[in-house]
Amino acid sequence: MNAMTDDWLDIGALTDIPARGGRVVKTPRGCLAVFRAADDTVFALDDRCPHKGGPLSDGIVHGHNVTCPLHSLVISLETGAAANPEEGRVRTHQVRVAEGRVLLDPAALRS
Amino acid sequence: MTEKLVVIGAGMASGRALEHLFETDPGAYEVTLFNGEPRGNYNRLMLSPVLSGEKSYEEIVTHDDAWYAENRVTTRFGEAVTKIDRERKVVVSKGGETPYDKLLIATGSYPFILPLPGKDLDGVIAFRDIDDVGRMLGAAELPEAKAVVIGGGLLGLEAAAGLRLRGMEVTVLHVMGHLMERQLDPSAGYLLAKDLERRGIRVHCKAQTKAILGQNRVEGVLLEDGTVYEADIVVMAVGIRPETRLARDAGIEIERGITVDDAMRTSDPDILAIGECVEHRGMLYGLVAPLYDQAKVVARTLLADEAVFLPVELSTKLKVTGCDLFSAGDFSEGPDREEIVFRDAARGVYKRLVLKDNTIIGAVMYGDTADGSWFLSKIKAKEDIAAERDTLIFGPAYAGGAALDPMAAVAALPDEAEICGCNGVCKGKIVQAITGSGLSTLEEVRSATKASSSCGQCTGLVEQVLASTLGDGFQLPTAKPVCKCTDFTHEDVRRLIKAGELKSMPAVWQELGWKTSCGCHVCRPALNFYLLADWPDDYVDDAQSRFINERAHANIQKDGTFSVMPRMWGGVTTAAELRAIADAADKFDVPMVKVTGGQRIDLLGVKKEDLPEMWADLNAAGMVSGHAYTKGLRTVKTCVGTDFCRFGTQDSTGLGIRLEKRLWGSWTPHKVKMAVSGCPRNCAEATCKDVGIVCTDAGFNIGVGGAAGLDLKQTEVIHTARTEEEAMDVTVAFVQLYRENAKYLDRPYRWIEKVGLDWVKSLVVDDLQSRMALVARFDHSQSIYQKDPWAERVEGEKRREFEPLADLRLKAAE
Ligand code: SRM
Ligand SMILES: Cc1cc2nc3c(=O)[nH]c(=O)nc-3n(C[C@H](O)[C@H](O)[C@H](O)COP(=O)(O)OP(=O)(O)OC[C@H]3O[C@@H](n4cnc5c(N)ncnc54)[C@H](O)[C@@H]3O)c2cc1C
Ligand code: SF4
Ligand code: FES
Repeated sequence: MNAMTDDWLDIGALTDIPARGGRVVKTPRGCLAVFRAADDTVFALDDRCPHKGGPLSDGIVHGHNVTCPLHSLVISLETGAAANPEEGRVRTHQVRVAEGRVLLDPAALRS
Repeated sequence: MTEKLVVIGAGMASGRALEHLFETDPGAYEVTLFNGEPRGNYNRLMLSPVLSGEKSYEEIVTHDDAWYAENRVTTRFGEAVTKIDRERKVVVSKGGETPYDKLLIATGSYPFILPLPGKDLDGVIAFRDIDDVGRMLGAAELPEAKAVVIGGGLLGLEAAAGLRLRGMEVTVLHVMGHLMERQLDPSAGYLLAKDLERRGIRVHCKAQTKAILGQNRVEGVLLEDGTVYEADIVVMAVGIRPETRLARDAGIEIERGITVDDAMRTSDPDILAIGECVEHRGMLYGLVAPLYDQAKVVARTLLADEAVFLPVELSTKLKVTGCDLFSAGDFSEGPDREEIVFRDAARGVYKRLVLKDNTIIGAVMYGDTADGSWFLSKIKAKEDIAAERDTLIFGPAYAGGAALDPMAAVAALPDEAEICGCNGVCKGKIVQAITGSGLSTLEEVRSATKASSSCGQCTGLVEQVLASTLGDGFQLPTAKPVCKCTDFTHEDVRRLIKAGELKSMPAVWQELGWKTSCGCHVCRPALNFYLLADWPDDYVDDAQSRFINERAHANIQKDGTFSVMPRMWGGVTTAAELRAIADAADKFDVPMVKVTGGQRIDLLGVKKEDLPEMWADLNAAGMVSGHAYTKGLRTVKTCVGTDFCRFGTQDSTGLGIRLEKRLWGSWTPHKVKMAVSGCPRNCAEATCKDVGIVCTDAGFNIGVGGAAGLDLKQTEVIHTARTEEEAMDVTVAFVQLYRENAKYLDRPYRWIEKVGLDWVKSLVVDDLQSRMALVARFDHSQSIYQKDPWAERVEGEKRREFEPLADLRLKAAE
C-alpha cells in the first residue's frame, strides 16, 4: 500500500477528466497533461511532445497511449517514450486516484 | 474454563468462521451470536435466485435452529448491537449488556444510497437482505408494474433480471459508458447489454440521475437530460460501504473499513473482525471467496493458532441465467502488456487475455466462460505460457486444429443481411447463386445477382461471401485494411455497419472482430463518422474519438494556440460583424488577422483557454463557427452576381448563402467546399470545388468533384437545374450520397473515381425518388447535428475542454 498520503496534491475529481481524454494542469515549471484511459487508469506527463513541443493533452488517447495532435507521434502514457524510442521521451509524473480524487506527486512541481 | 465469544452479525463470513471454530475445537468458546436481521445465517448470494423465483428462502438458509442448538450458540436475532464498551468488555443491545472475552465483528456492509431528491420516498429499495427481496416482490404483483434499477453493476443487473422474470417492465440506469465497467471491458459490456435487451430489459448507459419523482410513493426517475422513466419501485444498487459504525464509536482503528492485521485482529487484540466490514492492507473485499479465507484465519486466531490471510486473485460471474460472463485479474492495458482477443460474432462470444512477461494477468470472457477457471488457475499460479501462447485463447480443449477463419464476421452474417445496397441483394441470394449455379468468380456473381455491379463499394464483401462459400476454391484479393485493428477495408466496414445495423463502437468491434479491445487513433475517428452518418438518431458522437480540431472546434497551430474563423455567409459581411471581429482581436491580443482563401477572416494565435470567451463575444454579434477545421462544410464562395455585376445571370450570392445555411454543421467524410459563380466568367472559381455551380441564363450548371489542393481537377457537370430549388436539392442529395458511402478522408473527387460518375448521377439526378430520399435523410440528420458548436462550448460541461484541471503555479514547490 502507498505510504504517502497527505502531501499529495489533490488536482480534481476523476470524473473531471473525460474517459479517453486529457486535461491540463498548470505548474510553476510549465503545463502537465493528465490523462484518463478507458480503464480509468490516470497518467501525468509534461504537456510537450518531444518532437516539436505539441500539446499532448490535446491528443487522441487509445489504450495507454496518446497520439500527438501536431504530427501524430504515438507516446506511451506509462513510460513517456515515443513508439520508436529514438524519437524521444517525455517526463512522466506519479499520479494516483483515491476515493475518486486524482492526486499528483508534488515532485512534479520541481525541476 | 470456556471463554465467552460474542459475534456481531450473522452473515456469510461469521457463519463460516463458526463452522471452522466448532470443527476444530467445539468446546473452546461459549458463543453468543447477534444479528440485526430477525433471522440467522443464510446465503446472501442466493437472494437473486429467490428474487427471480428460482429458489425459496428455505432453500438458502445455511444454518438452522438445530445447528445453533447442537453447537450451543445463544442466538440473539433481530437484536442489533448498539455499543461496544471496551473498558468493561461488554456489548450493549436492547436486551441489555452481554460480556465477552473475545469479540468478533462481522457486520458486513450497508448499501450506499445516492443523495438524490426523493431518495426517502416509499418504494426506493436497496438490494441487501431478504426483506428487500420481499419489498420488491410485493411491487412485482401490481399489474403492469415498472421498476427502475439504478446501477449497472453485478447487484443491479441481478435485481433487474429477477424483476424482469417476475414480469415487471425493467429499466437499468448506469452512469458509466458500459455495464459492469469494473469487471468488463467495453466489448463484453456491449454483449451483456445486448443479451439483457433481448430479454426485455431496457439498458440506459451514461445516465446521470437527477431526481426520484413522486408525492408519497415513487412515481418515476428524472435524468439530467430531461428523460423520465416511470417507476413503481426504484432499486438502488450503486455500491456498498463497510458497516464500521460500532467500531468507530468504540475507538477501534478504521480507515475505509475496520483495519485488521494478517491474523484478522483489530487495533484491540481482544477484538477481531472479518468480512466486508474490514480493510486488510488497504484492500476491501466484496465477494465471498476472500471472506471465507478470512473466516478460516480468524477461527485459527481464536484458537491461538498461527495463520495469516493472504489476498487472492478474484474472479466474478454474474448469476443471470443465460448471461455467461467471467472476469478475473487485471485487464487494463499498457505497453508492457499484450492482449489476445478472440471474437466469434455469430455466437456472441468474446474472450480477452491480458499478458505480461509471458504470464496471464487478466481475463475477460463473455458468451463462453467454460474455460474461466482454467485461466484463473493460470493467473493465480503465474504460469509461464510462452510455449502454448498460439493456442492459449482456445482453452484446455484445444488440440492443434486449423487457424481461425478471418472471414468469420462475413460467414456469421444472416442470410437476410444486405450486401449490395444499390441493388438490394442480400447474402442469402448470393450464396444461393454461387452454390445453385456453380459460380466461382466475381464477374459471374455480378451478372447473376447484380451484386457489386453498380457503385462497386461492396466488391470486397461479395468476394468474401465467395470465399466463405467456396472455401479454398476462391482466392481472396488483398485490399488495404483500415488499420492494424482489423482486416476489413473502409468500404467493407461501412457496408457491414449498415447490413448488421451496428450502432455503437463496441458493436462494430465485436461483430466485425476487431483485433484490439477498443481501437486506435486511426480507426476511431473513421468509425465515429460512419456511425453518426448512418445512425443520426441512435449514435452518440464520441468527442474522444475526434482529432483536437473537431473536439475543440478550432484549428490547432504549430505552437499549440488555435485559430478562430467565424462564418461569413457566402463571403458577405457587415460593418457590425467586422467591428466585432476587430474588438475580439484587440481584446484577446490576436497576433494575426488574415483574409483567407475562402472569403472570410481568420484570427490566428488564440490561446485555448480564451476560446470560449472569444466565441461568446462573436456569438453575441450574431456570428457562428466557420468550421474551418472540420470534415464538414467549409465555405461557399460566391461572386456578386445579379446584385451588382453587369454580367450576372442569377442571384449567385443569394444561392451561395442559402446553400451555406442549409449545409453548415453537417459532418462529411472529408471537408466539402463549394462555390457559386454568377456567369461563366466564374469569378468564384466554382470549377475547382467539391460542388461548384455556374449560373447561365438557362439555369444552374452543377459540377462536382473538383479539386485545387494536392491534386488539380476540374468539376464535371452532372445536371443543369432550371430553378434554384432544384439546384439546392441536387447539391444536398450529392452531399448526402457522399456522406453515406465515401471512405473517411476521401474528398468527393477521389470517391467519384472509385464509384463512377454515372452511378452518382443515376441516384442524384436521374432518379427523382432517390434524390428526394437523400434530401430527406440529410435534412433529418441536420435536425440533430446543425448546432453552433461555439454556443454549446461556451456553456455547460463541454467548456471544461478549455479550462485547466488545476492551476498549481502559486503552489510553493516544497
Ligand atoms: C486558412 C487557409 C489559408 C489562408 O490563409 O487562406 C487554409 C489553411 C489551412 N489549410 Fe487549406 N486553407 C485555406 C484554403 C484552402 C484552399 C483554397 C480554397 O478553399 O478555396 C485549398 C485548395 C482547395 C481544396 O481544398 O481543394 C486548400 C487546401 C488544403 C489542403 C489540401 C486538400 C486536398 O484535399 O487536396 C489541406 C490538407 C487537408 O485538408 O488534408 C489544407 C489544410 C489546411 C490547414 C487546415 C492545415 C492544418 O491541418 O492545420 C491550414 C489551417 C491553418 C489554420 O490554422 O487556420 N488545405 N486550403 C484557407 C482557409 C479557407 C477558409 O476560409 O476556410
Ligand atoms: C444480492 C446479492 C448477490 C451477491 N452475489 C454474490 C456472488 O455471486 N458472489 C460473491 O462472491 N458475492 C456476492 N455477494 C456479496 C456477498 O453476499 C457478500 O460479500 C457477503 O455476504 C459479505 O459477508 P459478511 O459476512 O461480511 O456480511 P453479511 O453477509 O452482510 O452479514 C452481515 C450481517 O451483520 C448484521 N449486522 C450489521 N450490523 C449489526 C449490528 N450492529 N448488530 C447485529 N448485527 C449486525 C447484518 O444484519 C447482516 O446480517 C452478493 C450480495 C448480494 C446482496
Ligand atoms: S498551404 Fe495551407 S497547409 Fe500549407 S502552409 Fe499554407 S496554410 Fe498551411
Ligand atoms: S510535435 Fe508532436 S508529433 Fe510533432
